[in-house]
Amino acid sequence: MIEAELSRSVARWCKGATGVTGAAKLSGGASQETWRFDITHPDGPIGAILRRSPKGYGAAPTRAAGLAAEAQLMQLAYEAGVPSPRVMHVLTPDDDLGTGFIMQRVEGETIARKILRDDEFAAARPLLARQIGGVLAGLHRLPRDKLPELRSRGVTQEISEFERDYRSLKWPKPVFELALRWLRDHDPGPSVETTLVHGDFRNGNLIIGSDGVRAVLDWELAHLGDPMEDLGWVCVNSWRFGEIDKPVGGFGSREELFAGYEAAGRKVDPARVKFWEVMGTLRWGIMCGGMMQRFREGPDHSMERAMIGRRASETEIDLLRLLAPRGS
Amino acid sequence: MQDEPTPIELTKAVADFLRSDITPLISGHQAFKLRVAINILDLVTRQLTQEAGSDAKEVERLRALLGMDGSVTELNRALAERIAKGEVDLATPGLAEHLWATTMDKLAVDQPNYASYKRELGRNP
Repeated sequence: MIEAELSRSVARWCKGATGVTGAAKLSGGASQETWRFDITHPDGPIGAILRRSPKGYGAAPTRAAGLAAEAQLMQLAYEAGVPSPRVMHVLTPDDDLGTGFIMQRVEGETIARKILRDDEFAAARPLLARQIGGVLAGLHRLPRDKLPELRSRGVTQEISEFERDYRSLKWPKPVFELALRWLRDHDPGPSVETTLVHGDFRNGNLIIGSDGVRAVLDWELAHLGDPMEDLGWVCVNSWRFGEIDKPVGGFGSREELFAGYEAAGRKVDPARVKFWEVMGTLRWGIMCGGMMQRFREGPDHSMERAMIGRRASETEIDLLRLLAPRGS
Repeated sequence: MQDEPTPIELTKAVADFLRSDITPLISGHQAFKLRVAINILDLVTRQLTQEAGSDAKEVERLRALLGMDGSVTELNRALAERIAKGEVDLATPGLAEHLWATTMDKLAVDQPNYASYKRELGRNP
């Protein structure tokens, strides 16, 4: 049972801790797991989260930054005042828990449908688009020299990678071809500056409370690149959960997002943001194709994966709305 | 010719059984998975109902657009290749209309509650 390993681990680095309770797996593929648990402490229980690759799963997929880099980025973000959980401990071989890290649990909601509908978040919703702009500005300003080693991708290279991913699926889709052509024709070239890019900044990866954004999660796709990528990705229709007239995660307008970003002293390039929104929509479509492929070829033969494969058509209609809009 | 009831009637009967009789008995993660299973059966039922008609119309449009014949898969592969080569684009008469019609038919099966689809459905093409 994982609680025994966790208890031995916390006893070593958390002063006063006497054990752990309530360990429960929150999510997990074969190579990455997330667990929640409580550290028993004389001052009261401490809510914690473990993110790890279990023993025997060392190599991360090529696009992933790796758990050590993720921990370092979260710590940097936390220190810079970007909403982020506090990293408490990076796993060592002595922990006997695999590789990964333990962070303090941040209370709040990540389920987009609840955030977009429940009364609890009614006061926060109108503030979120602008607030997200400020959070992204802070994230893009994290000092380059303190960042862990991360992959770096130019725009042109990124289009080629998506094209390769798409072709490897052997899944001819005229709408995707059209989007790929559009991306090639509208390639904005190298960004004027290269910054840290979160890479998966969207509704679902943000912990939100009644007061707004409390933490940015899932830094595994962090890389160096065009900061406008994060602004485009958060506007992809798939993260609006039905609120299609509010591009920023179903919360608010691009103008509010841009205003929050610029109020924090950074500049927006709206044409590049639009480019990344198209790219992001195609990217999610190709990821749906990847799910379909993994469902078909295993090992994860789950119904959920199968159904995500069928969601590629959502990105097709969104791409058409972006590239070939019909008159109203 | 296979016997009856038809696959459409059978999948619909299973989905209705799971929805009405089993859903109230199940909770937690299993309830979530049950909902996914019901959604799959509903999707399959919609596809079985609509596919023949929408594929026939798609093939007809593709033949006109490409000036060639083939199965729906072959024709889609050919269209994808021509777009990739730049021989066909949004300036090509009929392409945008074809892609819209095909995509709307897909969404009608895959995700009829998707907000973008509902918005476009309420619009005159």
